[in-house]
Amino acid sequence: MARFIVEVMLKPEILDSQGQAVARALPRLGFEGVTQVRQGKRFEIEVDGPADEAATERVRKMAETLLANPVIETFELRAE
Amino acid sequence: MSARVGVITFPGSLDDRDAARAVRLADAEPVSLWHAEGDLLGVDAVILPGGFSYGDYLRAGAIARFAPLMEKLVAAARDGLPVLGICNGFQVLCESHLLPGALTRNTGLHFVCRAQRLRIENAETAWTTDYEEGQEVVIPVKNMDGCYVADPETLDELESSGRIVARYLDVNPNGSLNDIAGICNEAGNVVGLMPHPEHAVEALTGTSTEGLGFFTSVVKKLVAA
Repeated sequence: MARFIVEVMLKPEILDSQGQAVARALPRLGFEGVTQVRQGKRFEIEVDGPADEAATERVRKMAETLLANPVIETFELRAE
Repeated sequence: MSARVGVITFPGSLDDRDAARAVRLADAEPVSLWHAEGDLLGVDAVILPGGFSYGDYLRAGAIARFAPLMEKLVAAARDGLPVLGICNGFQVLCESHLLPGALTRNTGLHFVCRAQRLRIENAETAWTTDYEEGQEVVIPVKNMDGCYVADPETLDELESSGRIVARYLDVNPNGSLNDIAGICNEAGNVVGLMPHPEHAVEALTGTSTEGLGFFTSVVKKLVAA
């Protein structure tokens, strides 16, 4: 069995209003010095077989098709 | 024979009945379509209603896009079938790439529900010919993920080719770029709209009856065809 991590983030030019809200909340809780927060999603995907190139390509296709919306998001993929 | 307008119900759709009612008030026959079916039943136009298909899991509209009926709908829309996506339906149309751009979380992070003044910017789409360009109408808006975003090139193209269908007036309820409330595809048969015209079709329950024009527009077009 192979395990992949896909992390999806809003593109830098897309306003991340949720990340901004978190950033604004942190100083109120006493966490000083936070200059930016960006919020994203992390997917842990397990597939049959080894973490070879074919499996990586399949997970990449999943990320492009469903996990991320390429209009507003980017993703990073790695085997774990 | 009256025009037959399909309304697709996904798990989590909320406004399918109101959309069907609006179709009936526009003197057409509403046809209920279930997302898991593979047949559009020969309808003359389709409405994707508001709501929270699949609980808005992953992204609003992201999972509904892959419903079996959506494959049929995407092909039919590309062949000219009139399609109106309202709110969640607009999100599904963007996720399906029938319309450019995407709808993200309201910049104020609150669910917004209010009577919204709009300006109809394009009265030539399949769904807006009963309005006049520049006409101002009041239609309810109610959404969580209604902030329209697109890259600058796409926005320029939408603006220069007259593909902004409606724009928010007075207050921008969700932070949409260029105050965009609705857009259409190049052919004008596919329209996505964040406000809810199906909630403004009767004096008893609506803030106005100014939403009815979206439904009568398409019905006139279909009857004339």
